[in-house]
Amino acid sequence: MKLTDISRKPLGFVAACSAAAGGFLGLFVGTANGSGLLGVVIGAVLVGGLALILPKLDNEKMARWLSIGLFVVLGFVFGGIPLAVLGAFAGWFFGWFIHWLYEGRYRAKLPPYTTAGQVLWHYTFRVICGAIFVFLITPILVVMPLSFNAENFFTFTPEMLRFDPEGYSLKHYQDFFTNNDWQRSFKNSLIIAPIATIISVSLGTLAAIGLSQSHVPGRRAIMAVLISPMIVPLIISATGMFFFYSQIGNFLEGTLGFNKNFVGYVKVILAHAVLGIPFVIITVTATLVGFDRSLTRAAANMGANPVTTFFRIQMPLILPGVISGGLFAFITSFDEVVVVLFVGSASQKTLPWQMFTGLREQISPTILAVATILVMISIALLTTVELLRRRSERLRGMSPG
Amino acid sequence: MSDVTDATTGKRGPTPDDGLRIADSEQGGPVLSADGKPLKRSLARALRVQKLRALGLIAPLLIFVLLSFIWPIISMLMRSVENDIVGNTLPYTVEQIDQWDGSSGELPSQPLFQSLYYDLFLAAEVKRHTRLGTRLNYESTGMSSLFRQSGRKLDDVGKDYRKDFSAVNDAWKDGETWYALMSGAEGAETNESLLKDAKKRLSALDDTVLRGDVDFTPGAEISQLLPLTAREYAAFAVMAELIDEDEVATEKPLEQLFVALATDLQTADVSGYQGPQADLLRELKASDTITAPDYEAIMGEVDEDWVNTDTWRTIQTFAPAITSGYFLNAVDMRITPDGPEAQPESKQILVKLFVRTLIMSLIITGSCILLGYPIAWILSNLPMRTANMLMILVLLPFWTSLLVRTSAWKVMLQQQGVINDVLVWLGMVPDAARLVLINNQTGTIIAMTHILLPFMILPMYSVMQTIPPSYLRAAKSLGATNWTAFWRVYFPQSVPGIGAGSILVFILSIGYYITPEIVGGTKGVFISNRIAYHISSSLNWGLAAALGSILLVVVLILYWAYDKIVGIDNVKLG
Repeated sequence: MKLTDISRKPLGFVAACSAAAGGFLGLFVGTANGSGLLGVVIGAVLVGGLALILPKLDNEKMARWLSIGLFVVLGFVFGGIPLAVLGAFAGWFFGWFIHWLYEGRYRAKLPPYTTAGQVLWHYTFRVICGAIFVFLITPILVVMPLSFNAENFFTFTPEMLRFDPEGYSLKHYQDFFTNNDWQRSFKNSLIIAPIATIISVSLGTLAAIGLSQSHVPGRRAIMAVLISPMIVPLIISATGMFFFYSQIGNFLEGTLGFNKNFVGYVKVILAHAVLGIPFVIITVTATLVGFDRSLTRAAANMGANPVTTFFRIQMPLILPGVISGGLFAFITSFDEVVVVLFVGSASQKTLPWQMFTGLREQISPTILAVATILVMISIALLTTVELLRRRSERLRGMSPG
Repeated sequence: MSDVTDATTGKRGPTPDDGLRIADSEQGGPVLSADGKPLKRSLARALRVQKLRALGLIAPLLIFVLLSFIWPIISMLMRSVENDIVGNTLPYTVEQIDQWDGSSGELPSQPLFQSLYYDLFLAAEVKRHTRLGTRLNYESTGMSSLFRQSGRKLDDVGKDYRKDFSAVNDAWKDGETWYALMSGAEGAETNESLLKDAKKRLSALDDTVLRGDVDFTPGAEISQLLPLTAREYAAFAVMAELIDEDEVATEKPLEQLFVALATDLQTADVSGYQGPQADLLRELKASDTITAPDYEAIMGEVDEDWVNTDTWRTIQTFAPAITSGYFLNAVDMRITPDGPEAQPESKQILVKLFVRTLIMSLIITGSCILLGYPIAWILSNLPMRTANMLMILVLLPFWTSLLVRTSAWKVMLQQQGVINDVLVWLGMVPDAARLVLINNQTGTIIAMTHILLPFMILPMYSVMQTIPPSYLRAAKSLGATNWTAFWRVYFPQSVPGIGAGSILVFILSIGYYITPEIVGGTKGVFISNRIAYHISSSLNWGLAAALGSILLVVVLILYWAYDKIVGIDNVKLG
């Protein structure tokens, strides 16, 4: 989309802007090497000079490769491979930046009447937003490479920065897959979360269908009660459940004579099921908004009983909502620490619990390997929810957004 | 983003109550349905059936949530005012303590010391006295050790009486003698209510419901003759049979029985008594070695604190079954015999903690607004495709495990962590003066801002999406500057989004536990960490419940505000 016709800008302007950007980068490189001022001067001269030369080549592709090559060589000379990689980025950036300024492309997507100040603010704002996005995503990205650390450190070792294969290893992953504690807690999570999800999805879906009928006495109050597990601070829920489930547990073990281990799982599963319910209610009622009620009447008209109608007509249509509610319930249980800390006993230790003790007591880098695996799982879940949402909107005749 | 709106406003066909309205508006005689009944009545029945069906669908979940969530929380919060532990452990003392005037400066009378002796003796036998000691220690230091040491020493006093009794007749050493004496003659009238009282007393003391048969019923005549002994023997019998699961008939009599009998014998007239062991009783009465116990002296011998009015005043202050003590503790005050007063300076931490929780939650909310607003703006003003791509960067943290994000921050913020390493490498921070970013408030604020940011962005985004960009252009074409256009036209329309996001973030942050616990150290913890500490380490559950109640009230007020502003049905996920 091109709003404005662009024209080439004077070389002086390009050089000044590029020199400023180069000076800014030079400041960091300079301080890292002892003298900030020298860095600014060298950076400004280097990039400013580049801005005077590159546009003259009249061959943008070649000019960019030239710039990349120059910075890679500079980086390699000063700091070996790590700096050479950074240099490649810098070279690519300045190659692009100089031409972006020179050709006037920065105005192409803005309305023709924007003033210079507005253009500057437009791009400053984008840079600010970019910084916030970096803030959002960096913590998640940082743990991934660190989980391949060959040392038991929580930071990048010089070997890792040199991209030395010696610096990397899979030993933390190996630890996760062979250590009994981690494996048992992983298994516990895989037992507890799905069963809790099934309970909250089945009860929650029924209740959501009930809630979306046209005449429900006390609808608001019921809704408030059902949503409350999401609102009440977890620590309060956890302490309440702690007393409640210890009584229930005593009753089940003492009076009814159930196995202690079994009772422990029942307690945690029921506690997690309650926590997942609000998510199911919210997503399923949302899906039911778009559900055309005359379909059920049509089905009844043709002789289907309510159960058949539910499974053959209503269920397929609201399924995307039910599944994404279920995924929310699953991640709630899979991610939950506070309640399981209070309600569960050591034999129900879940993965988050193990991570929590790991973080608080023996800080082991295996946590980073687990974290990476969990990030992968969340990416998979996120993708599924996104696909389901699109499908649901398609089914309901809305345009996918 | 899936839009969540009130489900009842969705498309819907004709329903029975529409029919009712139509039937009402009909002129002339009643409209009949196909089966000849008035249409109005059949429609009313259809409406009722529909309501019942809806409730039937909701019922299982509603009952489940009420039973396993709402009720446990309410009963937990009740602990903040419950104080029946004093009455359960020292039932007779608490019954009588109101007769004593604490402000007189005099010690209580003999009967009160007597009740205390038996209450404490039984409590020590079932090992419940230390629990009360711990409870009273929250209010007055030293109570815990007083109760613990008294429990050990109480036996010694009775040992002298046991010796004296055996000197008169060796038969008093045997459990059978006592059993026969207290059971009364075979076939004679029995006193069932005494046993029932004893069961109730021990159930309250042991915090369980004692069920089962006790192989003993007190004789009616003997319980009238020796009321104190009968009462204590009944308690002894229940304890032996139901708690220790022994035979009461052969159980060795405990010391307090000798003391009780010595007391009873001072007033009892045994000359006319004909029941079992009557001769033994007369022999005792005749002997002059059995003296009346002086309970004040006994308790004074156990511990001199018992003849101190301060101890008694503490017990008196906390005797009622309902107390405001925990709530006062929660706001750094305490009950004293002279009414509520502020805690000593060194113990005032909770109000400070509440204030810190509020301030830090506000800072977190504020920084979420600052960081979230530009993101929400740019997401709603970029073309759909780009916005969806960038949305992933917001949703990925949202979907990632809380512990993953917390551990990532722990890794980044450490002294030897990524942020400090980068800063040192860039030369912005000298190696010797690395920034302290973790285990303090800074750490908590940074990590929690990151964790809660998606909860701010998502509601803001959904509000900003509905603001047409042409408004801004219109404002500018009418001559507004950039700032005026934004501040007077765009910003007011985006306020609902800020409000929704802020309340959500504030509610979530005020009750946070995990992140402050891991990155907060001691200075960056919240009130929830204190609640967890009182639940699992100090075991002061009443105080934990009081703190929890205050926190919950704050959250519920905010929730109510959220419901008013946004509506609970409008919560958006993903």
